[in-house]
Amino acid sequence: MESTNSFGPGLSRRGVLQGASALGTAALLGPLGASRAAAQPKQGGTLRLGIAHGSTTDTPDPGILENVFTQVHAQCRHNQLTEILPDGSLTGEVAESWEASPDARTWTFKIRDGLTFHSGKTVTPDDVIASINYHRGEDSTSVAKPIVASVTDLAADGSNVVVTLDNGNADFATLMADYHIAIMPGVDGRIDPASSDGCGPFVHQEWEPGVRAYVTRNPNYWKEGKPYFDAVELLSIIDPAARQNAVVSGEVDVIDRVDLQTVGLLQRAPGILVLATSGTEHYGFPMDTRAAPFSDNNVRQALKYAIDRQELVDKILFGYGEVGNDHPIGHSNRYYAADLEQHAYDPDKAKFYLKEAGLDNLAVDIHVADAAFAGCVNSALLYSEKAAAAGITINVVREPNDGFWSNVWMVKPWSATYWGGRPTEDWMFSTTYARGAPWNETFWDNDRFNELLVMGRAELDDEKRREIYFEMQDLVSNQGGIVVPMFGQYVMAHSDRVAHPDQVSALWTLDGFRAVERWWFA
Amino acid sequence: MSDIWWMILRRLALGVLTLFVVTLLIFGAIQLLPGDPAQAILGQAATPETLAALRTELGLDLPAWQRYLNWISGVLHGDFGVSLANKRPISELIAGRLANTLFLALYAAVIAVPLSLALGILAALWRGSWFDRAINVLTLSSISFPEFFVAYILIFWLAQSGLFPSISNIPPGAPLAEKLYRTFLPALTLTLVVTAHMMRMTRAAIINLLASPYIEMARLKGMGPTRVIVHHALPNALAPIINVVALNLAYLITGVVVVEVVFVYPGLGQLMVDSVAKRDIPVVQAAALIFAAAYILLNLAADVLSTLSNPRLVNKR
Repeated sequence: MESTNSFGPGLSRRGVLQGASALGTAALLGPLGASRAAAQPKQGGTLRLGIAHGSTTDTPDPGILENVFTQVHAQCRHNQLTEILPDGSLTGEVAESWEASPDARTWTFKIRDGLTFHSGKTVTPDDVIASINYHRGEDSTSVAKPIVASVTDLAADGSNVVVTLDNGNADFATLMADYHIAIMPGVDGRIDPASSDGCGPFVHQEWEPGVRAYVTRNPNYWKEGKPYFDAVELLSIIDPAARQNAVVSGEVDVIDRVDLQTVGLLQRAPGILVLATSGTEHYGFPMDTRAAPFSDNNVRQALKYAIDRQELVDKILFGYGEVGNDHPIGHSNRYYAADLEQHAYDPDKAKFYLKEAGLDNLAVDIHVADAAFAGCVNSALLYSEKAAAAGITINVVREPNDGFWSNVWMVKPWSATYWGGRPTEDWMFSTTYARGAPWNETFWDNDRFNELLVMGRAELDDEKRREIYFEMQDLVSNQGGIVVPMFGQYVMAHSDRVAHPDQVSALWTLDGFRAVERWWFA
Repeated sequence: MSDIWWMILRRLALGVLTLFVVTLLIFGAIQLLPGDPAQAILGQAATPETLAALRTELGLDLPAWQRYLNWISGVLHGDFGVSLANKRPISELIAGRLANTLFLALYAAVIAVPLSLALGILAALWRGSWFDRAINVLTLSSISFPEFFVAYILIFWLAQSGLFPSISNIPPGAPLAEKLYRTFLPALTLTLVVTAHMMRMTRAAIINLLASPYIEMARLKGMGPTRVIVHHALPNALAPIINVVALNLAYLITGVVVVEVVFVYPGLGQLMVDSVAKRDIPVVQAAALIFAAAYILLNLAADVLSTLSNPRLVNKR
């Protein structure tokens, strides 16, 4: 098995604030960017990719892209303003370079010269503005709306796009690497979300939603030598056994989401390599911190000490993961607080906190479904078993997968969740823990936390920022309303004919959805 | 003969009424499901603002009865509308899937119907023999296992050795021979699943008749057992057999979603399941109409054929 723990040192301050492709490349050669001389990419071949998602109801709309099939398919066709490299550094994509004002409120992106869309049209600052505008405004249906909510003005200035924010945001260039914000051709200031035109590595040929998509190499792609494949065929193979059979029998070259219960069998198959990356994906049990008994932090702490995290990693993830510490920041994040005390299973401590809350025992319902994450119901059952020793009765209520996100999550006082994670601390915290954030699943409202959030966002000093984010992790971990027992890994399998760089992005599955342009046939 | 035409006409009219009731039931049932298309499409990423914007865009802010009226008047004008989830025209969406489903159903039926009739006749002919018992055990066990299990066993034996592909990925414009090759395993799975029912009915209907006096007469005349069964018993056993065959054909069209998933075959079943999950009502309605129509037409065909197979019903005095 290969294991890559990338997304390593995080984004360098210089690279973030004043980026250029040259800087990005330099970062690649840094301590973690060790590259193997033997891995010399080659041109040619059709990559067949078996993906665990895909539905007849899929849409090409960049503001939706709700499953891995559409996400990888979109990454075939599109580029973003910036790109997060496998080592976690930021580089320019459609933007050749960028610069921020000292208060991080005004951002100037210089658009790369000579880029064209598949249709032949030149990529202009106006296209970039139209592409960002699609996610803004009241009638926007884009899920990336919160990312660009702080944008107050977009203006073209020669070959530059000047973005003005309502408040400083040191991470804005990183936000522009989000896969939703695809750069598409604009007509009269608007993009057509149903269009397949883009400036990405592959050109759309065929797409039958829920079944397959076929794209061919963009001969005019600007990245030297890339993409390596002549064509890519994406197949939606929902059934785990069918997917694994397909890669073993050579029907496809790469699959994502290997079934962890049978990964051992797959490892024994000749010519098949299993690839696991650990990034920011994590699973959790969020409580409504406004509702009794979860409104008492002692109860929340008791519940955090009543779960056996290692057991969950071993039995639910079959070792393909790491224990979590009740906050969303993982080892691979830049400002991960490694010194923070790790919560571990300790029934006595749990009892102590119960006593602090004035309780001898506690009975609570947890509402779970495997829609939240694979193995969620079993995780809750294990949790319930172990919590009994601390005098806590957890009644596991099994909810239907169908409609879980609308009827259970953020509706019931205690449920389950998963997050793919976000590349920056600020992005993750503002998405799910900030006061009033639409996805603040714990309805947490901590003054100090919200104050630090704003401070950290506009802070330019690296050391100060580190302190801020460390304190915030401590706050979420010891006062927040979520139990994060574990961080999962993305587990994929590929035939040994397929090669990839030593460092594979762990931001999302399949090399940050970019395996299609970063991998090649050996 | 005109009686038959009257029956067909009456049954077709009733069929249309049934379809109408089906649309009402499906629409009502989907209204009862928790969540709406906007929530299902946006999933975990939904915020109140995007939900509201998407609902307005999809016309979900209209009352349910109005949406139903809009839809049904479209259908009466031959317009099935567009999918709520990805705005593709439903007629286009369904046409390809329906062709795939019918192809697989036909493929399986072409194997399964002659096979089960032949096995049923042979089992009746040699009833009580080791052949009869072996066939019964085999077909009954293949129907007793869940479909996906039968499919996995076939994949294990026939696909991992490289004999047949494990997924039915058919590139557009593939020749018929390649299509037959690539869909062989799903067709075989379905054959195994439906054979027992038809074969057992054939056997039972024939054996039932073998006790009748006219069969005894035929035997006394000195006829061989094959001739007795094929010429004398089978024609009278046709009515129940036809009915069972029709039921199984309807099942091949409407009930194969599990097989579609295992073999990644893009049929109508998968489309319907995806659409229910996304509350894509117009697509669910259209698919349900097709399934209901398949049942109605096949049942009608079975009734007509079994009537025709019985001279007493054809030549009424």
